[in-house]
Amino acid sequence: MSFRNRVFKPLVFAGAATPGAVLAWDALRGGLGADPVSELLHRTGWWALTLLFVTLAVTPIRRFTGWNGVIRVRRMLGLFAFFYATMHFCIYVGLDQFFALSFILEDVTKRPYITIGFTALVILSALALTSTKGWVRRLGKRWQRLHRLVYIAALAGVVHFYWQVKADTREPLIFATILAALLVARLRPRRRPPPRRPAPTRAPAPAPRRADADAAGVPS
Amino acid sequence: MLIRRPPDIRASEITDERLYRTRREFIRTTSGAIAAGVLPPALLAACGGGKDAHAAAAPGADDKLTPFKDVTTYNNFYEFGTDKSDPAKNAGSLRLKPWSVAVEGEVNKPKTFDVDDLIRLFPPQERIYRMRCVEAWSMVIPWLGFPLKDLIDRVEPTAQAKYVEFTTLYDPEQMPGQKRSVLDWPYIEGLRLDEARHPLAILSVGLYGKMLLGQNGAPIRLVVPWKYGFKGIKSIVRIRLVREQPVNTWQVQASSEYGFYANVNPEVDHPRWSQKRERRIGELRPRPTLMFNGYGDQVASLYAGMDLRRNF
Repeated sequence: MSFRNRVFKPLVFAGAATPGAVLAWDALRGGLGADPVSELLHRTGWWALTLLFVTLAVTPIRRFTGWNGVIRVRRMLGLFAFFYATMHFCIYVGLDQFFALSFILEDVTKRPYITIGFTALVILSALALTSTKGWVRRLGKRWQRLHRLVYIAALAGVVHFYWQVKADTREPLIFATILAALLVARLRPRRRPPPRRPAPTRAPAPAPRRADADAAGVPS
Repeated sequence: MLIRRPPDIRASEITDERLYRTRREFIRTTSGAIAAGVLPPALLAACGGGKDAHAAAAPGADDKLTPFKDVTTYNNFYEFGTDKSDPAKNAGSLRLKPWSVAVEGEVNKPKTFDVDDLIRLFPPQERIYRMRCVEAWSMVIPWLGFPLKDLIDRVEPTAQAKYVEFTTLYDPEQMPGQKRSVLDWPYIEGLRLDEARHPLAILSVGLYGKMLLGQNGAPIRLVVPWKYGFKGIKSIVRIRLVREQPVNTWQVQASSEYGFYANVNPEVDHPRWSQKRERRIGELRPRPTLMFNGYGDQVASLYAGMDLRRNF
């Protein structure tokens, strides 16, 4: 592994973990303002969506720059998105609703913005669960099909954000625009992958090389 | 005619929060004669006038005052930005003096009042009210204000007056949030005339014994404690008595979600979230929301026979 790769992955890990650390620090020192619960909800949700977008940006970055090494951090970024989404949900259940199951069930079934947010979380859970090497191998071709659901999760996340805003839709619309750009970036006519090796996630090999295993998480 | 004319409240006379919170003890331990001689008028106003006038509406034992810091840094006042912390950051651009309020429309004696004159005409009383936001959070705020009824009676509504329409200042230079069309500026709110004349409805000019800050709707705002917070229109420049029901800004924004009445009602959910519970700022565990925000004994008769599900 080159020096760049050895540094790159821990660096991305630190970067993706920082918002959580800052949030925890703010929570401990009482720096979350008058309504800490809503601040926690907002910030974990914002970072879940942002990291999901960063995950989705990996493939376009790779395609436009020709830098294949970037694929090594894709699974990790996807798992971070899942981590923040899970925190978001736990804060909603525990702090916002105080474990009032009847209220939570009513929210999830009756309130579209929560239904769609919950849908995104269910999808991300399935993707996180099947992000391991073992599952990539076991599912074979179907793995990629399953992981295309990430687009639905991202879209659901944006709609979840948009639907809970009262009047100022600017921020969710910025997210929607970026998502559209990320999707359009994928619509470009597919160039041949670099000749040195096949596209990592397509590798059906029973024992993929390390770089290929790291690529698991989101389909190209 | 004898009109009581308390002097203006100067910055030097502002009471700090700690003193304010212990004011009753402070008064007890200070001899009346000395207190009358040395206490600033603002403090006297906060301690005296009308604090027992609405004992029935007084906050319950579990209604602790929301800290001054939270009341003045966690605000919905889109004229200064849509984030809750924006108004405290941006409201400094609001020019509070001079400030006049036109009271007009279906009245015999229309008049434009300077806010200072209003304070002289109607000495502020303290009212500790619960404030329930439509977003399902709440506070308990010690307002200083006077009954809206007093002002309305003074301009003598005609027999045609059925509603009261309030308008916020429109000036994007002073209110930078108005540069974006987040809402249909200027902000408009309205009450039925009998609601406006209810003794609990006040025009507030201060809180915690101090003059209102920009983020709280300085220099003069409406407080209607049995309705959702957005009815409490801020930085008012015009009060019109009208024949037809005004169309309030949030109704324009989303008529399926925000109605004219906007009475606090745990039985009628916002289309997107439950209104059964609320989070009191400073508390973690949600508490049940009370019908008419707990002021049902005083105000329920205003809505006798009305379908509150339709008139939400």
